[in-house]
Amino acid sequence: MISDRFQSLRSRQECALIPFITAGDPYLETTAEALYILDRHGADFIELGVPYADPLADGPVIQAAATRALQRGTRLEQVLEMVATVSPNLKAPLILFTYYNPILNRGVRAFCQQIASAGVRGLVVPDLPLEEATELIQAAADSGIETTLLVAPTSSPERIAAIARQSQGFIYLVSVTGVTGVRSHLQERVKTLLTDMRRITDKPIGVGFGISGAEQARQVKDWGADAAIVGSAFVKHLAAANSTEGLQAIAQLCRELKAAVTTTSLMVNS
Amino acid sequence: MVSIRETHNLSAQVQPDSLGRFGRFGGKYVPETLMPALTELEAAYAQYRVDPSFQAELQQLLHDYVGRPTPLYFAERLTQHYQRPDGTGAQIYLKREDLNHTGAHKINNALAQVLLAKRMGKQRIIAETGAGQHGVATATVCARFGLQCIVYMGIHDMERQALNVFRMRLMGTEVRPVEAGTGTLKDATSEAIRDWVTNVESTHYILGSVAGPHPYPMMVRDFHAVIGTETRAQCQQKWGGLPDILLACVGGGSNAIGMFYEFVNEPTVRLIGVEAAGEGVSTAKHAATLTQGRIGVLHGAMSYLLQDEDGQVVEAHSISAGLDYPGVGPEHSYLKDIGRGEYYSVTDAQALDAFKNLAQLEGIIPALETAHAIAYLDILCPQLSGSPRIVINCSGRGDKDVQTVVKLGTVISDE
Repeated sequence: MISDRFQSLRSRQECALIPFITAGDPYLETTAEALYILDRHGADFIELGVPYADPLADGPVIQAAATRALQRGTRLEQVLEMVATVSPNLKAPLILFTYYNPILNRGVRAFCQQIASAGVRGLVVPDLPLEEATELIQAAADSGIETTLLVAPTSSPERIAAIARQSQGFIYLVSVTGVTGVRSHLQERVKTLLTDMRRITDKPIGVGFGISGAEQARQVKDWGADAAIVGSAFVKHLAAANSTEGLQAIAQLCRELKAAVTTTSLMVNS
Repeated sequence: MVSIRETHNLSAQVQPDSLGRFGRFGGKYVPETLMPALTELEAAYAQYRVDPSFQAELQQLLHDYVGRPTPLYFAERLTQHYQRPDGTGAQIYLKREDLNHTGAHKINNALAQVLLAKRMGKQRIIAETGAGQHGVATATVCARFGLQCIVYMGIHDMERQALNVFRMRLMGTEVRPVEAGTGTLKDATSEAIRDWVTNVESTHYILGSVAGPHPYPMMVRDFHAVIGTETRAQCQQKWGGLPDILLACVGGGSNAIGMFYEFVNEPTVRLIGVEAAGEGVSTAKHAATLTQGRIGVLHGAMSYLLQDEDGQVVEAHSISAGLDYPGVGPEHSYLKDIGRGEYYSVTDAQALDAFKNLAQLEGIIPALETAHAIAYLDILCPQLSGSPRIVINCSGRGDKDVQTVVKLGTVISDE
């Protein structure tokens, strides 16, 4: 379970690293390789994006990755087949990031059963706010899947409390008012939000959207986050180079980021 | 003068529930970032829809600036065209929304929303547009009220609708080209939502149809309901009764719902929406969402949706940029499911025939969107007996489409 692993990370006072990649970009075989590499180089969980035709919470980098994957004919069926092959060999639990329509299209219950049997452990649905999420949370829980809800900088304290109560595995704090993508500075608001959220929940909090480098990852860790989620920077590496170079680049980025969020504990250990 | 009526006067069956649903359709499927903005909008709308000073300002502008009420025109030559040898046949009337300022019904909603945005203290306005009519309406009201305006438009639509792009820019609006996907309305809408997610605290999104997350479908409908209330009064005045059939084109469905809404609780009035069948509903190139779609979620609402077996939204096609949309307003999906609305489709070719027909019979060049509603007369009239009264929503004028039709080169010949 996602929450169990967070518990053990917490007992070691470790901040988790959650890289995100888009399935099928550039190829599904590359995605499988990338999952192994991220797992070996410091990922505590891996978020896998299902390419979608209309990803309205995503910025240009992930949107373009999804478009390329779809143009190459990537389908959910194949993504899940790949996941079924790869997931037994990964230490890091897999979290599926998908828009709601593909879930609805299959039937909420059938979808949850299918991803669970492929070895997925968690689910993030960026266009499904709390009010619409009840059915999915229940169906997912019945299949052993934890559904993580998102909190935004615009969310009121009341909403944050309600979301924190329902969110499973962890709470996904969106660090910017905006879509996914690299930002040069993190809003100080994230710090305040983290402090406020700590007062109302003891569930793990992961911060994502806009984190690209070691400095920002360390920043959210220092602000008290339980996880740093990094997407566009990984997706960019996989898209920019040929596959071998891309895979080497994400291995290095993964190591750097993990080091950044574990600086303190490394120092203690050494 | 008609005004937007209060909720408690209306039948519960066409009011969305607390989650913004008409039956199973509607809702709010948006990133969390937007949820507070939608709540704020709901509250503002609930306040101002019953605020006398808001209503007074809106009504006066609708009258003096937009040119309402628009006429209900008896289309005598079109009526003769469908007359039977025995002299019976449908009596056809056109609700002349094309005579509104900026040339389409879209101004009703854009005007009302900009008044709302001003009261909410928003200085920056964004919008999406397909055919450009909503974009032009939004650019117009932003110029009128001195607000910054950005309109997202697919690159393909910018080509098809160069005249409207020019009009928007002339009025000081920034038109941002959207290259993603097919470069049409769906992609422009997604891009507008991304902008809104990013700038939600300063920006109001003037959504242009009865689509999107709650409260937009309800609010945009209410702002267009003036079409139906005027129609009722005009029918009463002309023949002392109700129309028998209402006919309107449906892309997202705002002009149709604006006309239908007043008559939803009048069981004798048939409500007929006409979608774009493009090259035919049996081909991959059409936009007939209610005819061919399955239930899905797009742009924040659950409704019928054109999608593939994986739940990926598929590209819609229509000769009309305003109908080229894979989704449809949730209230239409509801009216279809409860059997209150009837939805059919006509092809590009049938719409082009109607475009020409209305021009030559009535001296009115309709928008290609509107031409779809007109075209359905060919199918509908032979099915009717007696002389029922049909009111067609003439939703917009066709100047913007002249270049599209000229390029096709097939319609106009010396006859």
